[in-house]
Amino acid sequence: MRSDGSQSAPLGLKVAAACGLLFLHLPILLIFVYAFTTEEKSFVWPPPGLTTQWFAVTWNRPDVWQALSLSVRVAAISTAIALVLGTLCSAAVSRTKFFGRETISLLVILPIALPGIITGIALRSAFSLADIPFSFWTIVLGHATFCVVVVYNNAVARFRRTSGSLIEASMDLGADGFQTFCHVVLPNIATALLAGGMLAFALSFDEVIVTTFTAGQQQTLPIWMLEELIRPRQRPVTNVVAMVVMLVTLVPILAAYYLTRDGDQIAGSGK
Amino acid sequence: MTIAALNPNPVPAILPGSGGLRGALSDLFWRKPNVLLLLMLLPPVLWLGIVYIGSLFALLAQSFFSIDEFSGLINREFTLKTYGDLFQAANLDIILRTVTMAALVTLASAVIAFPIAYYAARYARGRWKALFYLGIMLPLWSSYLVKIYAWKLILAKEGILTWLLAKLHLLWVLDAWLSLPVVGGNSLSVSFTGTFIVFVYVWLPFMILPVQAALERVPGNLVEASSDLGASPGQTFRNVLFPLALPGIVAGSIFTFSLTLGDYIIPQIIGTSRLFIGQAVYSQQGTAGNIPLAAAFTVVPIVIMGFYLWGAKRMGAFDAL
Repeated sequence: MRSDGSQSAPLGLKVAAACGLLFLHLPILLIFVYAFTTEEKSFVWPPPGLTTQWFAVTWNRPDVWQALSLSVRVAAISTAIALVLGTLCSAAVSRTKFFGRETISLLVILPIALPGIITGIALRSAFSLADIPFSFWTIVLGHATFCVVVVYNNAVARFRRTSGSLIEASMDLGADGFQTFCHVVLPNIATALLAGGMLAFALSFDEVIVTTFTAGQQQTLPIWMLEELIRPRQRPVTNVVAMVVMLVTLVPILAAYYLTRDGDQIAGSGK
Repeated sequence: MTIAALNPNPVPAILPGSGGLRGALSDLFWRKPNVLLLLMLLPPVLWLGIVYIGSLFALLAQSFFSIDEFSGLINREFTLKTYGDLFQAANLDIILRTVTMAALVTLASAVIAFPIAYYAARYARGRWKALFYLGIMLPLWSSYLVKIYAWKLILAKEGILTWLLAKLHLLWVLDAWLSLPVVGGNSLSVSFTGTFIVFVYVWLPFMILPVQAALERVPGNLVEASSDLGASPGQTFRNVLFPLALPGIVAGSIFTFSLTLGDYIIPQIIGTSRLFIGQAVYSQQGTAGNIPLAAAFTVVPIVIMGFYLWGAKRMGAFDAL
């Protein structure tokens, strides 16, 4: 037996791996079927009939549109803040070695490492101690905090692969710091930032645990879904929204994958 | 022949500064890199320090306040009374239940994750490798609530699982399982079994990734050497693969354990009325308005995770992240 890496896996391993992947994907596919069911009152399988009428009903629901618009605005602003903070932090950490560098990395990762409920209730108790009323900006404050880590991870991975001599060469050729940043650094890290930004957007768009603590009366789309899950009003509309959310989050994930795939696969590591 | 004769307008070797504010700043950053470093670090550190660390301290401070039982107002004086309340039998039950669930979920995730991670690390090549990567990434990043909703559809009494078991004439297995104490219930979607399945499903990708990363570093010929020396596949797994994958498993278990400890949405949507830590926190701060007790409750997962991380670090799990 030669170790040329091309021998095939034992059957048992193949079956177990395939079953594991099916377990991960079949439930998601089910969402697509239920969006077309004619059944209104229960989750009966198989669907008694198929229809597209619920797409029109959902389209005409103002509460869905409001929740969607709030989610998009929150995600956009949080992503913008996370992009600035994450890029600065990753540039500082990867350019130089300084005292407390490990602490900075830990500080960035902490909001995502501790359970969301701790972040959520910590923010809420801080707001209540400081008498800050809930608003659009309290949601953004929470989201931006845990989005930084996604941008940071992507940017750090790219900086690690970008040679520092590029910057020195640019300076040697007479460019000043700002020119070097615009013409050398930025083009090198642009796709990593784009990927990080997309993942941050997806993360914020989908966040529910922290949001329940920082949102007050406002409904983002995940909070709207949570309400429907706990107290269902119109199940077919929930089905359709679930499918749309699934499709909408699919786009940034795939895009981020294609933007960062050549190289070490760090794009999404550590949600 | 001098060089100057070839080039009538020699370029100076050292350029003058570009002048103006921009030039001055650029020169400053070049001469004193620490100024630039400080300017780059200041915004993120200020943000995370004030918003996040500040909030955590606010939370910790609240856990030393107490609630006035008659007025329902929060008494802002230092006391350990709230921690005393935490150790009532009912609350200890909640903590024990959550930790047991987290341990079981971690164990199950490791068992399901291993074959996927091993196949992806050792056998998948080229196109298949990419497919496996996406196959793990898509469920990881797709909407958390939609995933839970999908399981509500599956586990419902009239749902696809019951239908499938009926077709296979295996409904009696389900009924027998549901009639068991503790893990059973009226239907899977209102039982601990249902909660357990959904937890495993939602956190599984977090286990696969670090295990795969650990297995990628195991050279293939190590496994071959083991079988050349006469080990059975089982022995190779026990003595070679498993010890080398263990740091990855521990790294993954940090996620599965911590996420299960803090989650309050999954047991609320799919599960019994008996509470988990996350739900207790949520109801204490929401309906009960007892923020001090809620804060004290959140200290429990922080302390547990602190010990867990300390143990994981000793096992070298952080190198596998």
